[in-house]
Amino acid sequence: MIFLTQDPIDFNAAYQHIQAGEAGAINFFFGVVRNNTQEKSVELLDYEAYGPMAVREMQKIADEACRRWPVLKYIIIHRTGTLYIGDMAVLIGVSTPHRGDSFEATRYIIDTIKQTVPIWKKERFNDGDVWVNATP
Amino acid sequence: MTQPHTILLFGITRDLVGQNRVAVQLPANSRVADLMTTLHEQYPALAGIQSILVAVNSEYADTDQLLNPSDEIALIPPVSGG
Repeated sequence: MIFLTQDPIDFNAAYQHIQAGEAGAINFFFGVVRNNTQEKSVELLDYEAYGPMAVREMQKIADEACRRWPVLKYIIIHRTGTLYIGDMAVLIGVSTPHRGDSFEATRYIIDTIKQTVPIWKKERFNDGDVWVNATP
Repeated sequence: MTQPHTILLFGITRDLVGQNRVAVQLPANSRVADLMTTLHEQYPALAGIQSILVAVNSEYADTDQLLNPSDEIALIPPVSGG
């Protein structure tokens, strides 16, 4: 299951979704909003997505993860809109028969999301805001 | 003879242009590289972004891909999700 949402991410629902009888391991990654970047204090983040393409790109990543590892079930949820310190911005969950594969598949998914999925975040500081990665 | 194309803008490209979409007239059989040349002429502020990719119908496009007026075209500045 893959989706974008403006609402807080429901971890319990995600956990229910990826349970499987054959699963010996369920691994979760949460990306959360940190209160600083390069020693500057961050007040909030605004996330924006090109929705249909973002979901499509995340589906490609999940499909590739399923080719590389024996994934039983997965879930990827990314939030959009304004997020504050400590809020969960992204949740990735993977269930596999054994733990090593769930670690590796989860890491592959988050690392690749950061490279290819059309989602952008703007950091707001007390003296202005900056689109992350946008300028040299 | 030019054809109208609508370009969706996100993130910093939207902020630089000040709109979430722009209309661009391109000659028939224009390619992605032609679109970028025209956009840079019309919106010089976009030149400040090092690597803007173009998506056509929700897929990353090569610079030599042909554009049709019916395509959904978007500028993809460097992504920063997660």
